[in-house]
Amino acid sequence: MTREDILNDLSVRFKDDIIDVFDKSPKRVYVEIKPESIVKLVSYIFKDLGARFNIATGVDTRQHMEILYHFIIEDINLLVSLRVKLPKSKLEIDSLVSVFEAANWIEREIHEMLGINFNGHPDLRRLFLSDEWPEGVHPLRCDYKEWDKKAIRDRGV
Amino acid sequence: MARTIVPIGPYHPLLEEPEFFTLTVEGERVVDIDVRMGYNHRGIEKLSEMKTFDQSTFVIERICGICSTSHPFAYTRAVEDIITVEVPERAKYIRTIIAEGERIHSHLLWLGLAGHFLGYNTVFMWAWKIREEILDVMEILSGNRNNYAMFKPGGVRRDIKSEDIPEVLKKIDSIVPTLEMLKKAVIDDPVLHARTKGIGILSKADAINYGALGPTSRASGVARDVRKDSPYGAYDKVEWEMIVAQNGDVFDKAVVRILETFESIKIIKHCLLNLPEGEIDLNIKNIPPGEGIGHIEAPRGETFHYVKSDGTNRPVRHKVRAPTFMNLPTFKATVVGETISDATIIMAAIDPCYCCTERMAVRNTEGKKLYNGEELVKLSQKKTEKIRQESGC
Repeated sequence: MTREDILNDLSVRFKDDIIDVFDKSPKRVYVEIKPESIVKLVSYIFKDLGARFNIATGVDTRQHMEILYHFIIEDINLLVSLRVKLPKSKLEIDSLVSVFEAANWIEREIHEMLGINFNGHPDLRRLFLSDEWPEGVHPLRCDYKEWDKKAIRDRGV
Repeated sequence: MARTIVPIGPYHPLLEEPEFFTLTVEGERVVDIDVRMGYNHRGIEKLSEMKTFDQSTFVIERICGICSTSHPFAYTRAVEDIITVEVPERAKYIRTIIAEGERIHSHLLWLGLAGHFLGYNTVFMWAWKIREEILDVMEILSGNRNNYAMFKPGGVRRDIKSEDIPEVLKKIDSIVPTLEMLKKAVIDDPVLHARTKGIGILSKADAINYGALGPTSRASGVARDVRKDSPYGAYDKVEWEMIVAQNGDVFDKAVVRILETFESIKIIKHCLLNLPEGEIDLNIKNIPPGEGIGHIEAPRGETFHYVKSDGTNRPVRHKVRAPTFMNLPTFKATVVGETISDATIIMAAIDPCYCCTERMAVRNTEGKKLYNGEELVKLSQKKTEKIRQESGC
């Protein structure tokens, strides 16, 4: 399948799930989708189109919390980024671990860095932040404030 | 049988990413593994948001000492992707030369360590000896043995002088005979076969499921390489082969890396001999608002950077994904079911810059210490020695 075939196929097959398609360059496409359709779309892209999951990026854009799921379809050298916008009042989305194991760690990372919940994730423990890090403080959020680390310093950690 | 917990890590002076592994073993067999990370989390993604686009290049160069080219390479490509520009031809060639030099020294470093873990200290000494030649080459080309500081958005910071090229070619040619010897030592040695063949197998299905990258996945029959699939730099102008093996065991991972080193030498020589004339920098002044993605093939697999700009001189979001992030979780598929004396080499086989074996400690369930890391390496080396004596080699 060529690049155009795949994009047409996606927009027909998932016309109710796709909100917007931004065709940036011959190698990059950004597709904005509804958060509830993520597992359906990702399963199709991963299993049927044979794409490889690069990684997911969580971005705090002040208005929304965005997650970009980057996939590369290597046969046609196309990087597809699925964008979901989550309202700040309801920070949760379905986990992709049921589709592929590669999503396991990055969902843990986004969970601790941005405070987004992944429904159905088997093990949402911390990955990078230390045990002393307080609950509910997410370092990659826009409103992140340096917290009082005196207690840790006093312990000599 | 009683289960025993084996904690490994997290600190070791050689280890660039401290990690803490918890192996659960039943007798000799590993039945479960868990990885705890974050001991060296420096918040570089956040730090990068506080620097300008030019400064960030140097911050992210310091993510990793060994991959100090891969991260700036992916980052500058992400920034160039925001503007949608291509760098000048000469800059592409110079970038390729530096990136391949890094691949050679990284693979040699791994080969030496793998040899050491298996009790082949001669391999360790030879591999690290010829690695010095490559570091000298990097010093001639960039002025530094590590952290080359060659990259900037829009091109490279330093040109390659034509009078340096003969010296560089001579040094690169000088390592080829030793490399041939190492290749034979690994591929033909029956004891190494016994220690590494059929050990720690990562199946093709698992490699795809875990999103494994680089030599780790290519040893499992996944014929994917960013340099071929999504050519950047000068890789589409050079003839080279992608090395793929089928078995996914430790042996195949070693073979892929050794053969890749030869390909890298081929690429560097071609680029040096065919270096085009011209500019080396686009002199980018402003970065427009937008998003960019840069991904390149680092020695351990694909390095992936996402940069978002809002039109100011700083990135508003900079996501970094190193290849080991995807390769580490494959331990769940490779280590479980193997013996504890093989766990060392299986973990080393994905090349996670894993050198923390000296911090290993085996405990029984009451917490009584039985072995330390040094003894575990000795355990691994003793096994090789035993096989060697039995086979009469």
